[in-house]
Amino acid sequence: MTLATVDRSAEPAILPSRSALSDLFWRRPKFLLVLMLLPPVLWLGIVYLGSLLALLLQSFFSIDEFSGLINREFTLKTYGELLAPSNLDIIVRTVTMAACVTLASAFIAFPIAYYAARYARGKWKALFYLGVMLPLWSSYLVKIYAWKLILAKEGILNWVMAKLHLTWLIEAWLGLPVVGGTSLSLSLSGTFIVFVYVWMPFMILPIQAALERVPSNLLEASSDLGASPGQTFRNVIFPLALPGIVAGSIFTFSLTLGDYIIPQIVGTSRFFIGQAVYAHQGTAGNIPLAAAFSVVPIVIMMVYLWGAKRMGAFDAL
Amino acid sequence: MTPAVTFQQVSRHFGQVRAVDAVDLEIQPGEFFAMLGPSGSGKTTCLRLIAGFEQPTGGHIEIFGESADGVPPYRRNVNTVFQDYALFPHLNVLDNVAYGLMVKRVGKIERLAAAEDALKLVKLPGYGSRRPGQLSGGQRQRVALARALVNKPKVLLLDEPLGALDLKLREQMQEELKELQQSLGITFVFVTHDQGEALSMADRVAVFNDGRIVQVGTPEDIYQRPRTRFVADFVGSSNVVPPDFVQRHAGQSRWGSLRPESIRVGAAGGAGVAARVISSHYLGAATRLALDAEGLRLHAVVPAGVPVPKQGEDVTLSFSPEHLHLMDEAGQ
Repeated sequence: MTLATVDRSAEPAILPSRSALSDLFWRRPKFLLVLMLLPPVLWLGIVYLGSLLALLLQSFFSIDEFSGLINREFTLKTYGELLAPSNLDIIVRTVTMAACVTLASAFIAFPIAYYAARYARGKWKALFYLGVMLPLWSSYLVKIYAWKLILAKEGILNWVMAKLHLTWLIEAWLGLPVVGGTSLSLSLSGTFIVFVYVWMPFMILPIQAALERVPSNLLEASSDLGASPGQTFRNVIFPLALPGIVAGSIFTFSLTLGDYIIPQIVGTSRFFIGQAVYAHQGTAGNIPLAAAFSVVPIVIMMVYLWGAKRMGAFDAL
Repeated sequence: MTPAVTFQQVSRHFGQVRAVDAVDLEIQPGEFFAMLGPSGSGKTTCLRLIAGFEQPTGGHIEIFGESADGVPPYRRNVNTVFQDYALFPHLNVLDNVAYGLMVKRVGKIERLAAAEDALKLVKLPGYGSRRPGQLSGGQRQRVALARALVNKPKVLLLDEPLGALDLKLREQMQEELKELQQSLGITFVFVTHDQGEALSMADRVAVFNDGRIVQVGTPEDIYQRPRTRFVADFVGSSNVVPPDFVQRHAGQSRWGSLRPESIRVGAAGGAGVAARVISSHYLGAATRLALDAEGLRLHAVVPAGVPVPKQGEDVTLSFSPEHLHLMDEAGQ
């Protein structure tokens, strides 16, 4: 028997080294790993975490009310200021908004993600990714201003509703306390709509990824054992998609907690945490209070993740 | 007696592909029925049609005399042991087993007790608090079995359940499954591509090829009296011999089959078919020889203790004419 299309019979048993570096990496795989991880770890560890710590440190300083100078002595006075009614109001408003945005995003995202994970194939799947990602390609500011125009009193939404003789519906909604206002673009409802729109991809993609990993034979097994489609959803699909929902909600929740542009362009004049941070570190020069404000989302996210873990949201990972 | 499962001209076509094509079938209650065939022969699709995961594109299915047309899987009192077990990763073993009773709203204490009993039945008592991920393949297989049996199904469907187990474990599970089926009296429908498994466990075997059933019968029928070349070839390692060979030795122009163990290998020059040894494979209890006889490639089995001819040696093959089984297919 011959395999003589390429004659390699003269080759030695051990081939000569072609690159000493490749051989070194092969013998010491950890060395390559360290080499690859060093730059990002330095970046994250020093530049990112370092500045975060510096910021946290600032929150334990206080500002001298007369001179406006920063008093670099350890104090919890700045955190005490957070509890002042006007500041507490900002925190409650922001957290409530973030919670509402997260819930609404999850409700809207789930069916889309479910369709994409279970039914979309081939070009429909490509179309899904395009549809979800496309909004991320255009500038964030352009999208927000576009929404401002859509939601404005003279905007297209009001125009369509007038044609449908449904203007009264918008009027009735705007007449409600808290969520109402002079027009949708000047109300918390408008802020809410824009937040949900802008963060939606960050909710859809993790849920879709989680659902994609649920083998379809688990759904068949559930059905085989006598579970109706509703029972299969509650007992199998939802628990297995929960890590994805939690991952998505981390995005929508924390992005809403920190954003200061959307509520400034679409919404009321009342502040969100991001705007408070922006105002205090800028014109007011109150870095300690700005720092204390920015600690709030971090603490809330920690509590949220701890709670999610306690609830078993990561058990299926 | 009403059959457990009846197929009347059942077809399942996927576009141009005829996965199951006009199959007629009756499975009796309490029977251990095996569906045997190569991959893509339609046996798994037949199982999925009984479970309700697929709907037939033609024909009619009855389960214990009741029409299954348009009935979803969750309304069929039929349970499946899946090939890759399909255990719920987020539930522990006990909750996995109790799942079927939970969705049927059986009380918690009652269903957990029943689940524990089912775990005892499959010899995994006390494993309830573990996660499926912490179990070995064989243990998962048993949990999947317990999860199906706890519902006391009318028919238990097993989709190549032993395929992923190693040989020793597989033989052990074969015995246990057979004993379990006999003690519970539940109808088992077992899909496999392993002919040894089908023959050793089943009361009756259906051999599938290209979406159709080629032959249904007892293991002896299938093994001793294959109806077509396909069955002879697929079930066991029979020598399929062409019509001209059969004409010379049995006087009929039909395809025949000759079991390797019914060929005697003798010294060259005797009466019989002259052959040459191409290769020999030592199997422990016997040695299998590949032979070139009159241009035919034949296999023969020489039991241990008998001298084995060497590679390249000339031999003479003989067999008694009754061992040459004639099949339905005639020569041209």
